[in-house]
Amino acid sequence: MAQLQKAILGTKVGMTQIFDELGKAIPVTVVEAGPCTVLQKKNTASDGYNAIQVGFYNLKENRANQPIKGHFKKANVKPLRFIREFRMENVDEYEIGQDITVDVFAPGDMIDVVGTSKGKGTAGGVKRHNFSRGSMGHGSKYHRGPGSLAAKGPAKVFKGRKLPGRMGGERVTVQGLQVVKVYPERNLILIKGAIPGPKKGLVLIKNSVKA
Amino acid sequence: MNDIIRSIEEEQYRSDIPRFGPGDTVKVHVKVVEGTRERIQIFEGTVIKIRGAGLSQTFTVRRISYGVAVERTFPMHTPKIAKIEVTRRGKVRRARLFYLRDRVGKKARVKEKGRY
Repeated sequence: MAQLQKAILGTKVGMTQIFDELGKAIPVTVVEAGPCTVLQKKNTASDGYNAIQVGFYNLKENRANQPIKGHFKKANVKPLRFIREFRMENVDEYEIGQDITVDVFAPGDMIDVVGTSKGKGTAGGVKRHNFSRGSMGHGSKYHRGPGSLAAKGPAKVFKGRKLPGRMGGERVTVQGLQVVKVYPERNLILIKGAIPGPKKGLVLIKNSVKA
Repeated sequence: MNDIIRSIEEEQYRSDIPRFGPGDTVKVHVKVVEGTRERIQIFEGTVIKIRGAGLSQTFTVRRISYGVAVERTFPMHTPKIAKIEVTRRGKVRRARLFYLRDRVGKKARVKEKGRY
C-alpha cells in the first residue's frame, strides 16, 4: 500500500466558481477541512504497521460515551466525531495532540479525494451500469429492461452479472484533482471539479498517487 | 445559499458594472492578450440575453460585423472585461431578443427608450 505524504479530513460545503488570473471561470468544490487532531501513533513494534490516528469535527460532549471519552483523554483533547487512520510516510514527524490544518496543501497540488457517493436507492440497469435503452416507441415493447441475462449453453446466469439493484452510498475515490485555492485562516480548500458525496459529507483529501 | 459559499463569491463580485438590460446597446471593453502584450478590444452591440444570477450570471451581445452576425457571451463578473459602457437604452417588450436573429436590415433594430 502506498503511504501517504499528506492527508486531511473535511466536509463538503458545496460548489461554486472562481475566476483565475486569465479571467476563466473554474468550477470548484469548497471543502471545510481540518483541523484534524492526532490522537494516537501506531508503529511496527506494537501494532504491526505505522500510522497516525486523527479525529475531526466537533461533537457535543453528551454524545461521547465513556470508552470514546477515555480514548480522547489519553491524547488530552476534547472528543471529536470522526476517527480515522492515516498510514503516513513520516509518522515520526507528528506529535499526539498536534493539529493537521489545511495549509499542508498549496494551490496547484494534485490530490485524490475519497468520499461516500450519494445514495440512489434501487436503480435499474440503464442508470446503474449504463445499459443502453430500447426504443420507447414504434411498438418496440422493450424500454429500459436488462435484456438477455446469459447464453443458452451454460444454462445458468454467471456470477457478477450486472443487474438492477442498490446504487450509490459507496466509497468512491476521484483521482488527479487539483487544489485551486486554500484559505488557512478559515480552514477552507477549493478543489477543481466535483467530488463524491452530499453536502456536509465526510471526505478524505490526500496527495495524488499519480502525481 | 451557504454562508461560506456566499463569502467566497462575494470576493469576486464587481461593483463597477452598470445596470443594463435586454435591448440596450453596450460597449464591452475586453482585455485581449496577444503574446505578452495586453490590449483592450471594444465589442459593441445589442444585449439580447441576460441569464443566471449571482457570480455565474452571463450576458450575450449581438452585433453585425462586416455583414456577419456575431454573438458573444460574457460572464458578468469576469475580470477579462475592463469596462462596460451603456450607449443606448432600448425599448423592448421581452427578456430574450432572439427574434432579432431572424431579421435583416432596418427591421433588426431596437427602438430607443424615450423619456417618460
